[in-house]
Amino acid sequence: MRQAFVRTVNEEIDRDPRIAVVTAVISSNEFPQENERVVDVGIREQTMVGVAGGLALAGLRPVVHSYAPFLVERPYEQIKLDIGHQEVGAVFVSIGASYDDPAWGRTHQSPGDVALFDTLPGWTVHVPGHPDEVTPLLRQALKDDNRVYVRLSLHENTQAYPVGEGFTALRHGKRGVVLAVGPMLDRVMKAVDSENADVTVLYASTIRPFDSDGLLKAVRDTDHADVMVVEPYLEGTSAHLISEALQLIPHRVRCIGVKRHAELRNYGTAEDHDAAHDLDVVGLGSAVRSFFRG
Amino acid sequence: MTGDEKHEWAAASTIDVLWVLYDKVLNVTPATADDPDRDRFLLSKGHGPMAYYAVLAEKGFIDESTLDGWTTWDSPLGQHPDRMLVKGVEISSGSLGHGLPIAVGTAIGQRVGKSRGRTFVLVGDGELDEGSNHEAIAVAARLNVANLTAIVIDNQSAMYGWPGGIARRFAVEGWQTAEVDGRDHEAVFAALTAPHDRPYAVVAKIEKSY
Repeated sequence: MRQAFVRTVNEEIDRDPRIAVVTAVISSNEFPQENERVVDVGIREQTMVGVAGGLALAGLRPVVHSYAPFLVERPYEQIKLDIGHQEVGAVFVSIGASYDDPAWGRTHQSPGDVALFDTLPGWTVHVPGHPDEVTPLLRQALKDDNRVYVRLSLHENTQAYPVGEGFTALRHGKRGVVLAVGPMLDRVMKAVDSENADVTVLYASTIRPFDSDGLLKAVRDTDHADVMVVEPYLEGTSAHLISEALQLIPHRVRCIGVKRHAELRNYGTAEDHDAAHDLDVVGLGSAVRSFFRG
Repeated sequence: MTGDEKHEWAAASTIDVLWVLYDKVLNVTPATADDPDRDRFLLSKGHGPMAYYAVLAEKGFIDESTLDGWTTWDSPLGQHPDRMLVKGVEISSGSLGHGLPIAVGTAIGQRVGKSRGRTFVLVGDGELDEGSNHEAIAVAARLNVANLTAIVIDNQSAMYGWPGGIARRFAVEGWQTAEVDGRDHEAVFAALTAPHDRPYAVVAKIEKSY
């Protein structure tokens, strides 16, 4: 996905004189440093976002990029004030996701990034599940003037799906609905298959804005208003939007994601962490079995 | 009067520099407030914007009658300025340490856009405690953002002061610097219009008060 991001930005920066890139060392050598619209500020993430806000105020379309915790968590107030409060747009692109490389420890994990963006109005959030989804999402973001967060991951599905606002129904069933976000799709499908669950599976590579109408329609086409959402970041991040979408009908919701209750201090691999958070096929299968039984 | 002596002093500290800027230095008027070639003034030290509003009113950016209702529900004028509510306000500010990094970005943006405009940003000496300023001071020099002028209002409110003086903090990073009596309009004008081929910091010294 990172390669697709770099390739797309480098293609578009030659075509569109509005596009600028701001980095804080990470990935900076991927972009043409001789271009005056490519600005590497050094290891200064707050200034990275502040400079992006200034560039946007001057009429440019900044792409801001770093590892997720350094792009979102460290300069969170700059995102809130230097971008949002100034009512300007930018395209934020992260790598690292929740725990793409947990050998680096907690400092390089960012399961709360989407939840943080959820505290701010007006952000579109893309969580592509395949490299081929990255390019069209980015191309559209670069054309627009809005505030966009693109969350890239080393984990990807085997197949890309058409992108755009709204959830894509990949399977129809009667027992309930499972919403799989980005790279969670393949394992959700395997879990559903392993349990022979008669459920509708929705796929989302764009999770904000939240497709409330799409979810409501899918739920109404089933016999049970039971919704399971599987997100590759903090569990329950989309719970409030599901509740809002289904507020007029009695429903059950099961939120699965990176667990909140304790900080996991183990290193290991992403697969180890998936298992610890029940985000592997075994854990998801168990959740599907218990939630949709009866 | 607001009953907020600390922020009233913040306004009193900036009034002379703001007046010289808008009266004699900045190439911007209400008619050119959206012109890409305008000079941009960023009030980073958004606290105590009464002086800012007064100058904007005198220069026609806002109606003078608006001043009376400030901070009320329907007023566009708050204790911290909002660029979406007040014509001519370049950034919404109030949280310290944001204006200088943004100013580096606007100045680079002006340079990229071949604009004749310059960027001026006003910060306080206390505000310089915020680490984000020091990130921006270094970056502006490394990228030689020569169309950027930072004005530091030094009313000696930094908790621990700046050994060697504020100007030195900028100079060691490669900025051109000047120190001036912040109450002396002619001296402030001369400093703000001095030629510079590097980012430029003008430290305007103000008497210590509150």
